[in-house]
Amino acid sequence: MSSRRSPHGASAAPRRRRRSPLPYGLVAPAALMELLIHIVPMILGVWIAFLALTQFSIANWVGAPFVWLDNFVAGLDPAGAIGSQFYGALGRTLVFTLVVVAFSWALGMFAAVLLTSRFRGNGWLRTLFLVPYALPSYVGTIAWAFMFNQRDGVVNRILVEDLGILDEGPFWLLGGNAFWVIVVVTVWQFWPFAFLMLLAALQSIPGDVYEAAALDGASLWKQFTRITLPMVRHANVVLLLILGLWIFNQFNVPYVLFGPASPEEATLVSPLIYQQSFNNWNFGVGGAMSVLLLLALLVASAFYIRLVMPKERSIDD
Amino acid sequence: MIETRGFKVLRAAGLAVLSAIVVLPLYVILVTSVKPLEDVRGVFTWIPSTVTLEPYLRIWTTVPLADYFVNSLIVTVSATVCSVVLAVMAAYALSRFAFRGSRAFSLVVLSTQMFPGILFLLPLFLIFTQIQNTVGIQLSGSHLGLIITYLTFSLPFSIWMLTGFFASIPKELEEAAMIDGLGRIGALVRVVIPVARPGIVAVSVYCFITAWGEVLFASVLTNSDTRTLAIGLRAYASQTDVYWNELMAASVVVSLPVLVGFMLVQRHLISGLSAGAVK
Repeated sequence: MSSRRSPHGASAAPRRRRRSPLPYGLVAPAALMELLIHIVPMILGVWIAFLALTQFSIANWVGAPFVWLDNFVAGLDPAGAIGSQFYGALGRTLVFTLVVVAFSWALGMFAAVLLTSRFRGNGWLRTLFLVPYALPSYVGTIAWAFMFNQRDGVVNRILVEDLGILDEGPFWLLGGNAFWVIVVVTVWQFWPFAFLMLLAALQSIPGDVYEAAALDGASLWKQFTRITLPMVRHANVVLLLILGLWIFNQFNVPYVLFGPASPEEATLVSPLIYQQSFNNWNFGVGGAMSVLLLLALLVASAFYIRLVMPKERSIDD
Repeated sequence: MIETRGFKVLRAAGLAVLSAIVVLPLYVILVTSVKPLEDVRGVFTWIPSTVTLEPYLRIWTTVPLADYFVNSLIVTVSATVCSVVLAVMAAYALSRFAFRGSRAFSLVVLSTQMFPGILFLLPLFLIFTQIQNTVGIQLSGSHLGLIITYLTFSLPFSIWMLTGFFASIPKELEEAAMIDGLGRIGALVRVVIPVARPGIVAVSVYCFITAWGEVLFASVLTNSDTRTLAIGLRAYASQTDVYWNELMAASVVVSLPVLVGFMLVQRHLISGLSAGAVK
């Protein structure tokens, strides 16, 4: 990113230093919208976590009684019924995030390394690999729902008849298997994003570095671990954080696969808050869970901002 | 990487496996969309017994797909236009001026981009209820309500991307235009926006794609009149049966506009997306 100071600064600088109302006028509409759609809802979200908000009080929620920490006790007490569900979902979501990010990154990196070299058909494959990312998320998920369908779906057809790995097709969308279904579907939708970012990063590595390494007899694996990985370190850090946040917040895949209520073994945090709020009409408890989620995400996004915020922006004020 | 013989073999095998992973669901969508209903029932068959375009005709009458299409278009286009117009102004200010509060604003934009819709859904739902109670304007279940909530993800994203695009345009271009007598706004409209057009188009397409595929807000904030495609496609599953062939045909139809748009701008989109993460 270029410096803000103009190279022929002498004439331009005094003009810019004068307090002009223009930037404020340009930012104002967006700032107002940000206030309305993000800041006010976040403050309100914290407030409602302290209200007794159910289907009875929702229509006139401003008058709902203030119940201090009752919602937090009900929603976040590990010994309680809802609380144990919440911590279960939290732990499951962490495992889900780790597994999905790991697979998405690995597939994306593999594809990016293979497509950095030039050969015929490279452009076509690059476009093809981006299709799962461009496809509406619910379309991809519907296709997978059909494929994992009961005993007669494509997945069981491949496992039982075509490959003969299993004698009988299991039910995929129930019980413990459901967790692995959301893993597969989410990886399928997100690895192209990792591919896209890593491809851009790999293309910035000069080719003669590899030539020199090859002359010295370094194996492909050595070249990958000693050159490629260190050179894309910064891109990796940002990518893993973005992917991690997106996948941690995943809602679409479980919602389209299972409807409003996931099987317990596959319930993630975002869908659980949705269930508490809009299926059980326990808005206060949903609010309390949201507050905890908000705090966790604030910490994560503080890391993210340190990584992507351009350095020069912190100097001028 | 150096292209040894081993690397070429690995490359061919790896690309074949990756292509298969990508293509399998796409093939299933396409092949199921041209099967007659009795062929869809029972164990999946790779080759259809008969190929028919009937599902593509029936999708319009089984559910009011055209209505859902119109709803999706209204909401998606409005949200995209609003966020891109607001973002062009804000991003220009952020990329060209150092002003008090710019850092705080950027911080808000960057951080809220990482928050899930579920955090904003409930409060916005309550605000909409309250507005309806006091002023009588119905937002929940209206197009306007959905458009506003879609700004929660499209606006921060657009501002972030466009700030990057604008920053990469040399300032000398506008300075020359301003010497020729244009004002700041004139220079923005006549010089900067035309030069940044590929970036603006890419951001618009991205916002469009994201809103077109949005499920969470649509599931709570629409009613039978304003239902979007994301929720409307569920109607192909009745109590007793799922019309999988029609569901897949409808999936093809709703995916085509965004896939075509994506393919047209992917180059600019990729350079913009990666510029943020890879420096």
